[in-house]
Amino acid sequence: MCLAVPALITSVRGQAAIVELGGVEREVSLLLTPEARVGDYAIVHAGFAISLLDEAEALETLALFRQLLDEVDGGDS
Amino acid sequence: MATPRSVGLAYLAQLRDSAVLKAVLAEIEALAADLAGVATFMEFCGGHTHAVGRYGIRRALPAKVRLLSGPGCPVCVTAQGDIDAAIALARRPGLTLATFGDMMRVPGSEGSLLDARSQGADVRVVYSPLDALTLAASMPDRELVFLGVGFETTAPGVAATILRAHSSGLTNFSVLSLHKLTPPAMRAILSAGEVKLDGVIGPGHVSSVIGSEAWAFLPEQYGIGCAVAGFEPVDILSAVRELVAMASGGKPRVANCYARSVRGAGNPTASAVMETVFGPVDTIWRGLGTVAASGLAVRPAYAAFDACRRHGIAAADVAEPKGCRCGEVLRGVVSPEACPLFGRDCTPEAPVGPCMVSSEGTCAAYYEEESLIG
Repeated sequence: MCLAVPALITSVRGQAAIVELGGVEREVSLLLTPEARVGDYAIVHAGFAISLLDEAEALETLALFRQLLDEVDGGDS
Repeated sequence: MATPRSVGLAYLAQLRDSAVLKAVLAEIEALAADLAGVATFMEFCGGHTHAVGRYGIRRALPAKVRLLSGPGCPVCVTAQGDIDAAIALARRPGLTLATFGDMMRVPGSEGSLLDARSQGADVRVVYSPLDALTLAASMPDRELVFLGVGFETTAPGVAATILRAHSSGLTNFSVLSLHKLTPPAMRAILSAGEVKLDGVIGPGHVSSVIGSEAWAFLPEQYGIGCAVAGFEPVDILSAVRELVAMASGGKPRVANCYARSVRGAGNPTASAVMETVFGPVDTIWRGLGTVAASGLAVRPAYAAFDACRRHGIAAADVAEPKGCRCGEVLRGVVSPEACPLFGRDCTPEAPVGPCMVSSEGTCAAYYEEESLIG
């Protein structure tokens, strides 16, 4: 029920945005995330963008996993 | 160097890389060797329960790491009396009830909303509470009630919808708020002491709204760690890794393993909207009983949009279906297999209890997990 998915904001008009969700365009409300801009990724739940993805944090998570992989690979060889 | 917004969702594919999953699992294995005994962690959120079953995470973990499912499925914890009250409301002439699809098949004492609809009640499934508002505007001669079920992830959107109804002057729209708050339920489980937990996997989307700091009471008052997780398998495994590290000699704290969506303070706008419209009330959870200040009622300032006041609804305390052990499953006291109805008299096609109805219900998740294994 708390299912929410990341979606790219392609346009913003007033308090609503058009997002791309699995190849389909859908309107979502920005009433809870008024700071959203075109190009942001929003977490969409029940027609509302409830948070915006922080790309820097996403990159850092990836970097951590890559580091972990390197350590495992290093240990194996 | 990558600039912000250049990564897009390509990182999702990387998060699903099986080599990464194996590396995190290997690290959990290594850390678990230092555990004094079996460590039990509760995944609070039904979305996590679903993912844990679907990706076979429970079985992939070392024997010393046990995952227990919590009460984080809003449909499942809705009290039988509340469901009966909603169905009775839907049967009233001149009234249309709109709700999320998940609620349609939940069995009340006498049938579900789906049954009520087949018998002539006007029940509509909507994707968003805003759709219910549009529906209300399109049928001014009828009363439109939105049945609001969900945690802090969902309640802000419903609150924003009430604010919009208020500003647009709609007079035939109201909300039956069965919304619930998650931290009080977590406290109730820990205070009851029926299950001994060594850590909690914190709900990712609830925490996107209330913030990871909302779980600080877990280390501070209960001495156990919390790792807030996203919904990719590696997100969940990362949270388990953090909790195993804390349980095997580390210091309990709140780890935010879903930092791409969750901030320490959450989403202040969403929290403020929720608090403007709703106030905390004592409410009944299936399985947990009455939990103080764990429900959200429409505040008096928005009484015109409160279906309880507008339509005089009072939920009765109704017993759960005979033989159904959903209550104990929701508290983490028994696993679904311990229920005599599980998989025989109670299946996703013909559910007896709510934990088998929602795909996020613990019983439905276990049933899917078993069917995947064959």
